[in-house]
Amino acid sequence: MNPLIEINHLSTHFHTGSGTVKAVDDVSFRIHPGETVCIVGESGCGKSITAMSIMGLVEGPHGKVVNGSIQFDGKDLLRISKEELRRIRGNDISIIFQEPMSSLNPVITIGKQIMEPLMIHQRLSKKQAYARALELIELVGIPRAEQIAESYPHQLSGGMLQRIMIAIAISCEPKLLIADEPTTALDVTIQAQVLETLRQSKEQSNMSIMLITHDLGVVAEMADYVIVMYAGKIVEEGEVTELFERPKHPYTQGLLRSKPIIGQRTEELFSIPGQVPNPLELTESCYFHDRCDSCMDICRTRQPELKQVSASQRAACWLYEEEAQHE
Amino acid sequence: MSNLSTREAGRVPDRRVSEAPPSLWRQAIQQLSKNKMAMAGFIFVIFMLVACFIGPLFSPYADGKVNILIKHQPPSAKHWLGTDHLGRDVLTRLLQAGRISLTVGLASMALSMTIGTVLGIISGYYRGIVDQLIMRIADLLFTIPGIPILFIMGFLMSEWKVPTDYRLYLVMVMLSLIGWPGVARLVRSQMLTLREREYMQAADVLGLSDRRKLFHHLLPNVFPLLIVIGTLGIGGAILAESALSFFGLGVMPPTPSWGNMIDAANNLIDFEKRPWLWIPPGLAIFATVIAINVFGDGLRDVLDPKKQTSR
Repeated sequence: MNPLIEINHLSTHFHTGSGTVKAVDDVSFRIHPGETVCIVGESGCGKSITAMSIMGLVEGPHGKVVNGSIQFDGKDLLRISKEELRRIRGNDISIIFQEPMSSLNPVITIGKQIMEPLMIHQRLSKKQAYARALELIELVGIPRAEQIAESYPHQLSGGMLQRIMIAIAISCEPKLLIADEPTTALDVTIQAQVLETLRQSKEQSNMSIMLITHDLGVVAEMADYVIVMYAGKIVEEGEVTELFERPKHPYTQGLLRSKPIIGQRTEELFSIPGQVPNPLELTESCYFHDRCDSCMDICRTRQPELKQVSASQRAACWLYEEEAQHE
Repeated sequence: MSNLSTREAGRVPDRRVSEAPPSLWRQAIQQLSKNKMAMAGFIFVIFMLVACFIGPLFSPYADGKVNILIKHQPPSAKHWLGTDHLGRDVLTRLLQAGRISLTVGLASMALSMTIGTVLGIISGYYRGIVDQLIMRIADLLFTIPGIPILFIMGFLMSEWKVPTDYRLYLVMVMLSLIGWPGVARLVRSQMLTLREREYMQAADVLGLSDRRKLFHHLLPNVFPLLIVIGTLGIGGAILAESALSFFGLGVMPPTPSWGNMIDAANNLIDFEKRPWLWIPPGLAIFATVIAINVFGDGLRDVLDPKKQTSR
């Protein structure tokens, strides 16, 4: 099966006054049609910047995609014209942001905001677009669609707004939906509803989802394939069941251990010691070395590469590199 | 009591279902109607508009015929505000002048708002060289005080013998020419913050065209601001027109305007002996501008989100 989108050696750097921050550093992965890929990692590890790079949102004087290619539909998203990118955005690839409250224009009614991409990309008439907007509102599980369509964003709750965002994002039946922490700003009961909405709309149109999250519960529920990022690099990736059962990289192991398990009494929840390294001070090393229990000399001086460690898993860690050497 | 409360409780969700929540505009209008000063201003402005545009139709002197025999008559039952040096009815002229002055005020405001808004949106959204160009032109217009520019342009019009009918329109254009930089600056400053909002990024990733983003997404966000500065701008434009006409550089007689009617105060005899010639237009300017400003202030209170403390 051909991948829907193939990201090769993507690097996005931010040039600041005190140096260059490699927010995304040589990241490669692919997403197949109908697949849900989760990108996990703690704050500042480059998850969101990866998504922004795909959408062409890294711009301005400081940030820049310095290397790599993003193959989508036979085109390199990093090298197509603005006009072509505009036609792909919202139509073939759409994105849901973390904050539903601030992602909708406060002075335009909900209905009009759903209608807009339909009228632009699908060339629907105003009437058709309105009818479709009502359908979409109901599709994401909000009753009284007509009344909602006439409302303004401030009149709805966060959970409803996030579902409206999903409605807008799936309105043109995109091939890829990027969801950047779609449930982080919502409370737990609403989270489940929003995830359910996402899953349903995925099943209906066989779209792929790239889900960015730091919530491993969400990952377990949604993902087919998981990518773990740390300090701008992929440290481990693999099928979700295998990765959850047999995490290879010490960081993934730590992440999974720091999740509370129901029915298991512990005095204190495990946490990975130390802090995320300052991205300005990174030198040639395994970026995780100073927080790692099984740190070796080589970890401090050389960077491990992402290598196949089992049938469906890849990890970037010297532990497995050595095993490979011994054999 | 308990009966009532259960009934109330049962009714609340019902009402929510049947009634759409009030829109932002309706809320603003409701709030505004509670502000007595603003409403008084609003009613006065409406009264002036009605009086000036409809009033002269009922006047027997609306044709403005010159009759030297009845010149300089003090107010009487026949001529409520007396007559001027050509025997014309002052009240009728006052209302006809109001038509011109209010039209000039409204039209030049509308024109300067349009120019200012479009340029402000463009320069705030695109930044860079376009912004530099537009803002430097605005700065240039700012560095020269408004009244001298208007005088120079008024002299030019007189020099080129512009027909009286056209002068009126040229005055509107002149006023908007010096009015737009202020509007453009305000709109631009709003744009600079609005363009960075998350929903604009969201609009970006939906693949909306620039034109759509500018005029469908950003423009509605500055509407409240535009309404407020527009309202206050009318007052300013009326004042500027009056000043210009007072000096004989704006609207030229026989076309009446409040400004050129006060010109009567230029003459010592008229000033001392015939106050009915210049007090009514003076009062009209004063009251209208005050009313517009009070109304504009009230509008600002309800529409400017930064001033909104309690909801």
